[in-house]
Amino acid sequence: MAENVLLRHEDVPDIHKLDVYLAHDGYVAARKALTTLKPEEVTAQVKESNLRGRGGAGFPAGVKWGFLPKDSDKPVYLCCNADESEPGTFKDRAIIEKNTHTLLEGILITCYAINAHTAYIYIRGEFAYGAKCLEQALAEAYDQGLFGKDIFGTGFDLEVYVHRGAGAYICGEETGLIESLEGKRAYPRIKPPFPAVYGLFGCPTIVNNVETLACVPSIIKNGPDWFRSIGPESGPGPKIYGVSGHVEKPGMFELPMGMPLREVIYDYAGGIKDGKQLKAVMPAGSSFPVLTPDEIDVHMDFDSMRAIGAFLGTAGIIVMDEDTCMVRALKIIDRFYHHESCGQCSPCREGTGWLHKLLVRLEEGNGKVEDIDLIDRICTNMMGNTVCVLADAAAMPTQSYLTKFRDEFVAHVTEGGCRLKKAAAQPEAA
Amino acid sequence: MPTLEIDGQEVTVKDGLNVIQAAEQVGIEVPHYCYHPGLSISGNCRMCLVEIENIPKLQIGCNTRVSDGMVVKTTSERAKHAQAAVLEFLLINHPIDCPICDQAGECKLQDYYMLYGAYKSEMSLEAKVHKGKVVDLGPEVVLDEERCILCARCTRFCDEITRTGELGIFERGDHSRISLFPGKKLDNPYSGNVVDVCPVGALTSKDFRFKSRVWYLEKTPSTCTRCATGCNIDIYHRRGEIFRFRPRQNSAVNAYWMCDEGRHWYKSFQQDSRIPTPLVRSESSFTVASWDEAGKKVAQAVRSTQDEHGADAVAAIIGAKATNEEAFLLSRLLREQIGSTHTAGLSWSPADAFHDDFLIHADKNPNTQGLKSLGLLNGGGEAEAVLAAAEQGQVKVLFILGADLVTVFGQERIDSALGETTVIVLDTDYNGTTEYADIVLPVATAVETDGTCTNQAGRVQRLSQAFPPPGEAKAGWEALALLSTQLDGPDSVSISDVFGELTHSVPSFSGLTYGKIGLQGAPLAGAGSETNS
Repeated sequence: MAENVLLRHEDVPDIHKLDVYLAHDGYVAARKALTTLKPEEVTAQVKESNLRGRGGAGFPAGVKWGFLPKDSDKPVYLCCNADESEPGTFKDRAIIEKNTHTLLEGILITCYAINAHTAYIYIRGEFAYGAKCLEQALAEAYDQGLFGKDIFGTGFDLEVYVHRGAGAYICGEETGLIESLEGKRAYPRIKPPFPAVYGLFGCPTIVNNVETLACVPSIIKNGPDWFRSIGPESGPGPKIYGVSGHVEKPGMFELPMGMPLREVIYDYAGGIKDGKQLKAVMPAGSSFPVLTPDEIDVHMDFDSMRAIGAFLGTAGIIVMDEDTCMVRALKIIDRFYHHESCGQCSPCREGTGWLHKLLVRLEEGNGKVEDIDLIDRICTNMMGNTVCVLADAAAMPTQSYLTKFRDEFVAHVTEGGCRLKKAAAQPEAA
Repeated sequence: MPTLEIDGQEVTVKDGLNVIQAAEQVGIEVPHYCYHPGLSISGNCRMCLVEIENIPKLQIGCNTRVSDGMVVKTTSERAKHAQAAVLEFLLINHPIDCPICDQAGECKLQDYYMLYGAYKSEMSLEAKVHKGKVVDLGPEVVLDEERCILCARCTRFCDEITRTGELGIFERGDHSRISLFPGKKLDNPYSGNVVDVCPVGALTSKDFRFKSRVWYLEKTPSTCTRCATGCNIDIYHRRGEIFRFRPRQNSAVNAYWMCDEGRHWYKSFQQDSRIPTPLVRSESSFTVASWDEAGKKVAQAVRSTQDEHGADAVAAIIGAKATNEEAFLLSRLLREQIGSTHTAGLSWSPADAFHDDFLIHADKNPNTQGLKSLGLLNGGGEAEAVLAAAEQGQVKVLFILGADLVTVFGQERIDSALGETTVIVLDTDYNGTTEYADIVLPVATAVETDGTCTNQAGRVQRLSQAFPPPGEAKAGWEALALLSTQLDGPDSVSISDVFGELTHSVPSFSGLTYGKIGLQGAPLAGAGSETNS
């Protein structure tokens, strides 16, 4: 791909500074939108581009905006979801810290499109530096009249607030985010009503992910056709693939949607570290099924992933080599969901803790073979029965680990612990 | 008025009901914990998952409004499986302490566990999550965090009903626990309700806990007589002893709630000061008498006074804790049989009595409105006027029913008013006024008699006899019927009989029958159907 859209700092140093950004067509798209397009035309273009939400669910952004009630007399809010907390995911952070103005410009255009005059950037509490970057960039932009009153002399007003979260995974769930922003516990809300109808402070609200919003300026600048020409028609556009784990070159790669997973791992991330064999990949953060080496020819887009029973999620790719204990890996994943379950719904509150306990037992070699089926049964009972999808996010990877690496779980029972751990503890045979 | 199908039964219900409510109308209980009709929808327990045709995922009944043509399956295999699974989640960290848990016997965890298979726990006791035990929340309530299923009914009660917000959920996941916000205590005047709404044994009442197993208790529906609101209650009792009052639903009066003061009111009915038998004064002390003897003495005093001083020399003061029937019978005795004009109602409350704009009324009498309807109260100076007449020597015989004049008017005043008067007291307990009595007739308390009271909004509500009065005491209406016959008046054979006579002579009661009042009460003619929920 020619030029980065989301990782522009790789092409243009200091693009996070307003003067540099302005010198490189900064806020051109926003000016175009505000001065030459009607809000509904902006929405139409985004809809036409088929930009799908980058937070993981892949819902078409323009369609989401279209859900706002037309006849409401309440204010409309935009919430930028910058609570990036998915394990193995670090794409939003790069945009926030290094391409700050691309995000801010996306927020400006989106607010214009949805007629919002207040936007909140809900940023993960741990992203202290990112919050500082946003504050700094906003201050610069306000100085230049890019935010505040009467932007570009169009009479359009917009205030943007940076709100730091207090540290919970569930704050990234869009209604949990809204509750947290309102000053409450981030208990996800029962839907419907969806935020577009009843969101922040009971008003129509759009919640979009950082990467989604960062795509918006390029759509307005280059047109929806350009956007759709990148990657597959069913979910096009530029995409950040974040690769971590046992690879030679972990990092972020901005590539078209729909890249073959194998290519991302082997061509861009340099292949498996130390020439070892690939054992498993979690291609979508930790909340979705794991893939085995024979599944990595899949194309990384929403629909191709769904076709093999997987998900694109955040495209945070976690690579595990042959020496990885899958029982331990799953235990760590389920420890995370145990720790992060908000505790609102019984199946998730009790289920995540129960899964974690059983996996600790299995990993330590104290489990029973029946535990494996019990884990599977707990997952089935958790899935689809809760207010939000955190229960599913814990259950899906868990069940995929059991199915795809069952032998290893059984071996932990029959051999009283981890073969790999024991081998590592043994001195090398002569 | 949507028509829908629930488990094969067709039902037409009013608009706006959820699946749980609609199912209830055809006698189907959708299992649930967090849903409470008096509180907002929380949807957290997930117990009420049901199958709805054309919706792929199971839906929670509490948050699903019924609509026309909806087909609901609450007992399909999928629904049952999900409900059983949720129950298993709720129980996985739950202690197995039913034998020492106060909720046992009225615990929804127990009930559904028996219903859903009574399987063996997959979790050893040691592996369960351990949390705080015997956490003191306030004067009324103790919390066991391990038993809590985090349904948030109690937090919603404090947020939505009392708006005092003492309780919150703290921490996360399976470490979540109900707790007080820093610096708060659960001491609002309605705090006891959180124990009632708690579907498990997490919140227990300091007053009731460990006193009795609930299955040993009988339950009698009645009305609280602590104040003029008349919250509907259930009396829990065994062998003539009350263990607790609990609110009983009445959307026109108290919804699902009652105040703590009312909750403790049962203690006022079982004090050591009860009068066990009729008493007749001889010289300076009382001697025990039979009802017949005492009744004859009353008749004799009335007759001779009538003859000597005229009918107006016989007077009565009727306290506003008397039921409509008692007040009616005594006022009829005075007005019709004796022909006296001196019948006065007395509704007195301490000037500084606590009250609020919810359920706690400043009038601490259950039947002030009833006395007004009977023409016994009109302005409030009636009892005062009778006392004044007594001071002038115009009252020779005074009936006092359910009123402690010494508390109201002071010792000195009563001394000067009643020194020369033959005083006939009908009451439950010894008090300052019984000291002045010549004849004492022991009557039943509000929990020992049938009858009606009219609450502040003009709603006539029934009291029910939970158990008979102790010793020789009689229900007030029976005692007064006996006096009536002694004075050659009519007898009354039942409470509905008395009520029937009352409706014939008091216009505002016309159209009512004792049966019609039922367990939910009925407004007096002309009374606003004011709701208090």
